[in-house]
Amino acid sequence: MFSRPDQAQFLPLEQMQVLLQTLEAQGYQCQGPTPENGAIVMREIHSANGLPRALQAEQTPGHYRLTRDPRNRYFAWANGPQAIKPHVFAAQESLWQVRRDEQGKLQFEAVMPNVPPVAIIGVRACDLAALALQDAQFLREGRRDAQYAQRRERLFLVAVQCAEPAATCFCASTGDGPTPTGGYDLSLAELAEGFVIVSGSDKGQAVLDALDLAPATREQIDAARQQGQATAAAQTRSLPGRNLRDTLMRNLEHPRWDEVAARCLACGNCTAVCPTCFCHAEVDVPALDGETSQHERIWDSCFGEAHGHLHGFNVRSDIRSRYRQWLTHKLATWHDQFGRSGCVGCGRCIAWCPVGIDLTEEAAALTELSDQPAPRPASASGGGE
Amino acid sequence: MPSCPPGCKPIDAGPPHAATVVARTQESPTIFTLQLRLDDAAAQAGYRFAPGQFNMLYLFGVGEVPISIMSDPDAREGIGHTIRAVGRVTRGLAALQPGDKLGLRGPFGRGWPLQEMGGRDVVLVTGGLGCAPAVSVIHYVLRRRERFGKLVVIQGVKHADDLIWREQYDRWAKLPDTQVLVAADEGAALWPWHVGRVTELFDLAQFNPARAVAMMCGPEGMMRVTAEQLLARRLPESSLYLSMERNMQCAVGRCGHCQFGGAFVCRDGPVFNWGDVKALLPHRGF
Repeated sequence: MFSRPDQAQFLPLEQMQVLLQTLEAQGYQCQGPTPENGAIVMREIHSANGLPRALQAEQTPGHYRLTRDPRNRYFAWANGPQAIKPHVFAAQESLWQVRRDEQGKLQFEAVMPNVPPVAIIGVRACDLAALALQDAQFLREGRRDAQYAQRRERLFLVAVQCAEPAATCFCASTGDGPTPTGGYDLSLAELAEGFVIVSGSDKGQAVLDALDLAPATREQIDAARQQGQATAAAQTRSLPGRNLRDTLMRNLEHPRWDEVAARCLACGNCTAVCPTCFCHAEVDVPALDGETSQHERIWDSCFGEAHGHLHGFNVRSDIRSRYRQWLTHKLATWHDQFGRSGCVGCGRCIAWCPVGIDLTEEAAALTELSDQPAPRPASASGGGE
Repeated sequence: MPSCPPGCKPIDAGPPHAATVVARTQESPTIFTLQLRLDDAAAQAGYRFAPGQFNMLYLFGVGEVPISIMSDPDAREGIGHTIRAVGRVTRGLAALQPGDKLGLRGPFGRGWPLQEMGGRDVVLVTGGLGCAPAVSVIHYVLRRRERFGKLVVIQGVKHADDLIWREQYDRWAKLPDTQVLVAADEGAALWPWHVGRVTELFDLAQFNPARAVAMMCGPEGMMRVTAEQLLARRLPESSLYLSMERNMQCAVGRCGHCQFGGAFVCRDGPVFNWGDVKALLPHRGF
């Protein structure tokens, strides 16, 4: 957010309501953090009163609990199981449909989602980094995914600097956080009395102009910057490097794959909560009258039996090969496809794994650096502000 | 390698184009060939593909399957697909008769290295139904015979009864500068060819490794042994190609199922140079 600190303004706490009203007035449906079934999820909200305060998300391997935040902040929860991904890459949606007439002739037509413009309040730097990777996959030059593109164009992102990382967070080590540096329309840094706010797009600037705020003071900007640095320094997990490609691909028969496979349930939770995972199945859902059929895509997981299915055999019949596929794709071959790792350090796969498998621990063991160094200082990670 | 020849306009992620079965041939008890035409005359006229590419065929209400194109790119009688009835979609496709409708999108992926083949010996090693993607390249060479050196077709099947297109192999075997070597792990009465592994035929193959291009299609174990044998005969690695098979659902590098290391087989393959896949191929599970 401090790419343009000179432009920073200040949104007092009581004006959060005005921000939401302005977004609604400009036609956005606001999706904001909402506690549901013991976790923070994004749901439609209409007022700042709908935003939870004083909630923290305590996360450790296999563990997620909402607890009280003594500082009574809006955004003290580090993250929830989902943020942006379901709003651009829907968990299930029709891609096209087909109608069969009495003569048996087939008529195909594309199906568009026709979603309203959506503003998501409270996305994190890791979520924005993940969105950039989803964009690279679904909006690839010459291969634009029409449904994704429509949802993406209608998205307005209000980012928030992370001030209270969970124990599972390691965005400083991947270089993706904790302070948003781009990809948002508006970005907030929460201080005791309000928010330092900057815009990152023309859409964001239009909203900011409508709010008619005072510039942030030098002290407020410094406080936000220091908060980001402190958050990075507070992270206790890290990956052993930003590019583990060659090391991992040299260790494809490492005994650790057997060991992690013995613990892994192949449930696919990690891939469901991972903000960069893009695998999806394509299935037909025929109508009962037999005249039409919807061709849908549904999130899929490389941990599932069907993912590696070929006629007559399964490419990945055991959990070892499925875990290895997931981890080597995320941390190694992602570099070949997208020029960077597929991990943004959000830690969701660690918290939501029912048996608490820790990606950072597995990566360290597989790259033979189990004597993990202490977390890097923020200056070395580059994610400190 | 070009993704498709000049004039090729790939049909993208969908929806498919309506198509009609114009001919159906039963090749064996479970294998059949469908010749298809796109219902839209302009789309059919503009349809171009390269040998080795594949289409997604859609069966109403059931779903899609990737099927390689076996016809000659210049053939006008239809777009040919040889299919084995093994799954939900392919068993449904097996029931289609001339005049029946289905959906088609494609062609997808990178085909065989036709440009590199000019003036060189062409060696094709195929196993099982692996012959389908290779048949289109055989047709391609035979129709433009003067452009290429020797043609060596090496085909292996598990059982003698699995060999389809037997008359075709007989016919090719009689052509000049063309060698056909067939092996069945298990023979049968009147089986004129070798009984044993396809890889036992390499000593009989007559080609100049220094000026040959070799193409493989079939089970990965068979292709790995074939590669060893060909490389041992001093075929340069850069002259060795294979067609890979993976679970393909979107065909445009999006759904993630067909990833092989960093490659999306549907988009970056299915034809690869040996050097691009040799490191990962021995590791089961990719």
